[in-house]
Amino acid sequence: MPVQYYIFLSIALFCIGVMGVLMRRNAIIIFMCIELMLNAVNLLLVAFSKMWADAGKVDAGSAQLFVFFIMVVAAAEVAVGLAIITMVYRNTHSVDINILNRLKN
Amino acid sequence: MVLSVIALVSALGVVLSKNPVTSVLCLIVTFFTIAGHYIMLNAQFLAVVHIIVYAGAIMVLFLYVMMLMNLNAELEPQKRNWLKYAGAISGGALLVVLVAALRDASMPAIGTEANEIGLIKNLGQMLFTQYVVPFEVSSILFLSAMVGAVVIGKKD
Repeated sequence: MPVQYYIFLSIALFCIGVMGVLMRRNAIIIFMCIELMLNAVNLLLVAFSKMWADAGKVDAGSAQLFVFFIMVVAAAEVAVGLAIITMVYRNTHSVDINILNRLKN
Repeated sequence: MVLSVIALVSALGVVLSKNPVTSVLCLIVTFFTIAGHYIMLNAQFLAVVHIIVYAGAIMVLFLYVMMLMNLNAELEPQKRNWLKYAGAISGGALLVVLVAALRDASMPAIGTEANEIGLIKNLGQMLFTQYVVPFEVSSILFLSAMVGAVVIGKKD
């Protein structure tokens, strides 16, 4: 199975995420699309890890640890981001990003 | 192959569904298919961690916030249509450019034989010898994120 298969799958998932960020204006859905993009990159890293492991590199597990650290950062990001969204909702009673175009008030 | 199709369809469902809760459920399906891909790529530990962290923790957090805000009743107000088309077209253009750039690249194939690299023994050994400093830094990052979330989220 060529590795291009996984590359194209990751590209497609990433582009769906980009489309979602551009199209939607619900802040939570934009957040979920960012998660989708992170996962596309993770999938690509794991596929390359497998590729290099088959090629005989002993260090190919580093890519999987990198995915692990990306998951750590994503979890922290979600915690802080959802706290911010909750606070925005408390102040404006909406999660529409179009009314957030000014930072004041 | 089937997993990829399910992943793409449910990812499209995340973007296109009107109801935010449907989006969350589609995203959970996507994460499970990605975990299936991890298992097929001999990354068993990552697959389990992925299910626990994403489907177990992050998506529950999303659903919780969504129920807290009671977004089910509120429909998303209609955006100007040309902006939506512009978003779709630019995302599709990115897809076309990347696929066209990588279509003719020659890369080695992925074998189907199993290897030991994704098992927890190897990854743990690597994590605690070679990558022990990033590991500690990530724990500090978690602590600061936790403090930040509490400070932001508390009533002022």
